[in-house]
Amino acid sequence: MSISTPQAEMQPPLEGPDYLHEHSVRSWLLTTDHKRIGILYLVSITLFFLIGGVAVTMMRMELLTPQGDLFASSTYNKLFTMHGVIMVWFFLIPSVPSVLGNFLLPMMLGARDVAFPRLNLLSWYLFMAGAALALWAIIHGGVDTGWTFYTPYSSTYANGHVIAMVMGVFIAGFGSIITGLNFIVTTHKLRAPGLIWFRLPLFVWSLYATSIILVLATPVLAITLVLVALERAFGIGIFNPAIGGDPLLFQHLFWFYSHPAVYIMILPGMGVTSEIIACFARKQVFGYRIVAYASIAIAVLGFLVWGHHMFVSSQSIYAGMIFSLLSFLVSIPSAIKVFNWTATLYRGSIWFQTPLLYALGFLGLFTIGGLTGLFLAALAVDVHLTDTYFVVAHFHYIMVGGMVMAYLGGLHFWWPKITGKLYPEWPAKLSALFIFGGFNLTFFPQFILGYLGMPRRYHIYAPEFQTLNVLSSAGASILAVGYLLPLVYLLWSLRYGRDAGPNPWQATGLEWTTASPPPEENFTIAPVVTEDPYNYHPTEEAADA
Amino acid sequence: MSHPSDSTAPPFTSFSQQREAATLGMWGFLGMEVLFFGPMFLGYIVFRINFPDAFMTASRHTLILAGGVNTALLLISSFTMALAVRSANLLEDSAKVVRSLLVTLLLGGAFVGIKCFEYSHEIHEGLLPGASFHLDGADPQQAQMFFYLYFLMTGMHLLHVIIGLGLIAVFILRAKLTVRKERFSIAMEQLGLYWHFVDLVWVFLFPLIYLGGRAA
Ligand SMILES: [Cu+2]
Repeated sequence: MSISTPQAEMQPPLEGPDYLHEHSVRSWLLTTDHKRIGILYLVSITLFFLIGGVAVTMMRMELLTPQGDLFASSTYNKLFTMHGVIMVWFFLIPSVPSVLGNFLLPMMLGARDVAFPRLNLLSWYLFMAGAALALWAIIHGGVDTGWTFYTPYSSTYANGHVIAMVMGVFIAGFGSIITGLNFIVTTHKLRAPGLIWFRLPLFVWSLYATSIILVLATPVLAITLVLVALERAFGIGIFNPAIGGDPLLFQHLFWFYSHPAVYIMILPGMGVTSEIIACFARKQVFGYRIVAYASIAIAVLGFLVWGHHMFVSSQSIYAGMIFSLLSFLVSIPSAIKVFNWTATLYRGSIWFQTPLLYALGFLGLFTIGGLTGLFLAALAVDVHLTDTYFVVAHFHYIMVGGMVMAYLGGLHFWWPKITGKLYPEWPAKLSALFIFGGFNLTFFPQFILGYLGMPRRYHIYAPEFQTLNVLSSAGASILAVGYLLPLVYLLWSLRYGRDAGPNPWQATGLEWTTASPPPEENFTIAPVVTEDPYNYHPTEEAADA
Repeated sequence: MSHPSDSTAPPFTSFSQQREAATLGMWGFLGMEVLFFGPMFLGYIVFRINFPDAFMTASRHTLILAGGVNTALLLISSFTMALAVRSANLLEDSAKVVRSLLVTLLLGGAFVGIKCFEYSHEIHEGLLPGASFHLDGADPQQAQMFFYLYFLMTGMHLLHVIIGLGLIAVFILRAKLTVRKERFSIAMEQLGLYWHFVDLVWVFLFPLIYLGGRAA
């Protein structure tokens, strides 16, 4: 009696070495193995997450009291800029795509690597070079523009190393572009025999949609940042109102990238959630094709809604109305996904393992984040909420509540595949609960704060907001414990964890048919796909058989 | 016939697969490039609409003969590049590929030379945006915006030409040395696509920059 049918035959037990057998520094820094590159990304973004986390810890400490007691205003400005830039470009954007995507995509396709392995390594070096430049800017005095680099402040008036910072983001951007191109070509050209598009795991669909955004949106940000840097260096440019330029043009270009970028920071998480929910509900994903199409729809619609960041920026009221309407449309494919995950869970044989806890957390937090997005997409309400903590809470519900939850869920789900070891279940469950609880305690008060009118980006605030701010800071400390726990027990499991075996979750994807950790070439026998994805058999059915 | 050491690059298992993948990757890259140039063209459109008269006047200060010759040079170089790609695809004698690439390199080099001559002329005339910018007969700030966009867009295009020339030089050496002709022909096809793209960007830049304001 089996409870699932993998998409292809299981591989024979591995006799040769696995992909981790070489230990020299050289073997890591010159690797073209997509799995090792995924791990290079994993280590680097964990470091950046900690750096971005330190910045926000200091901010939340400052916000415990209404007075400015710890930092000067200019220092606080630099802290939130540092937090935003690092978390967005050096943690969230590469999180699921570059870590889990790099590791898993070729295996899910039954390929031995991505289409262009050397370019894949180059993308990591570009990412690190960009990060080094951004860190250099932070250490040598920082930048106080916020992560949005709005002109003319950034290009004319701001203090600090804006040019180095934007060039750091520029260089890292090309790393993202290469990753996106690689994923698109790999998905088109390197699928195993039998693996037609509608047999692809939904994670692959979501990575594909993400890659389209990476390739088509990132260059717009890249050239826009070059223009900001040039304008700052020479005082002449199309964004400088003093010489007849148009600072609003910057906002159009910036959000033409940065709204789709929000979907870079959520679509891959949706893919992870689909995989986890199907596996731990032991059911076929409800409406597989609709969920797959919804990823593409979100990617496409995402390019048409940037103006909702500019409702109060003197954009015409008609443009505002159209952008508002289009923004509402994005909620349709997003809601389809939420309903389909719920329907997948309905009457499934739920297996409460840690990845599922994370996925359920994602589901709840993403729903709140998505629904509050509708408030902000409504023109009149947005005028009241613009630049308040309501916006901060909304996007953290999506980007942290959604994406970070999904990233950690995925990391736990595939940890046995990546390392060959099982993580300890109890501390893992505890960390998921800490994160869910701490997250809500941190960010729910911020919705109320924003509604009551507390502006974002200030460290001195009216005394009546203190209670909610103290709650938020208290939540943040719980959240921090939740984030540090996995660091401890995942590292612990490398040494003391039990061996996982090829398929500890009895999951159906091709990555589970091979050994854990996999051999360098992923599969010893080229897989031939014979099954649809998610061929899980509910236990009652299996018992009848 | 292909040489015994002429094998596909991993992870590909056949030349046709590798060719399709490389070509798809290149088209994706060029799509990215379109979006990279897009904001600059958008900026041009915005200020052309905002400052129509100054843009007309400023446009007449560009060197149309140099721009026209450069357009012709790039178009011809695209043709010679197409010849090189064709020779490589037919796995012909590498001398043919090298010859076509050399002509392309010369034409592209001439383009760069003429462009630099134009720049030096314009800088001499005081058309470089900045404190010393001056141009009679138009609002100086608005005319300066035209020349800012001019230097920006042609400069970014020139950078692409120079990268292309570097690649062509590398490919000339590769064509001479390689015995892996099939693999080389796949790479040649991508070089060709890139070069045609660079040519195409210029085809849009030329009328925007040189032809405005000259109709009457
Ligand atoms: Cu948005």
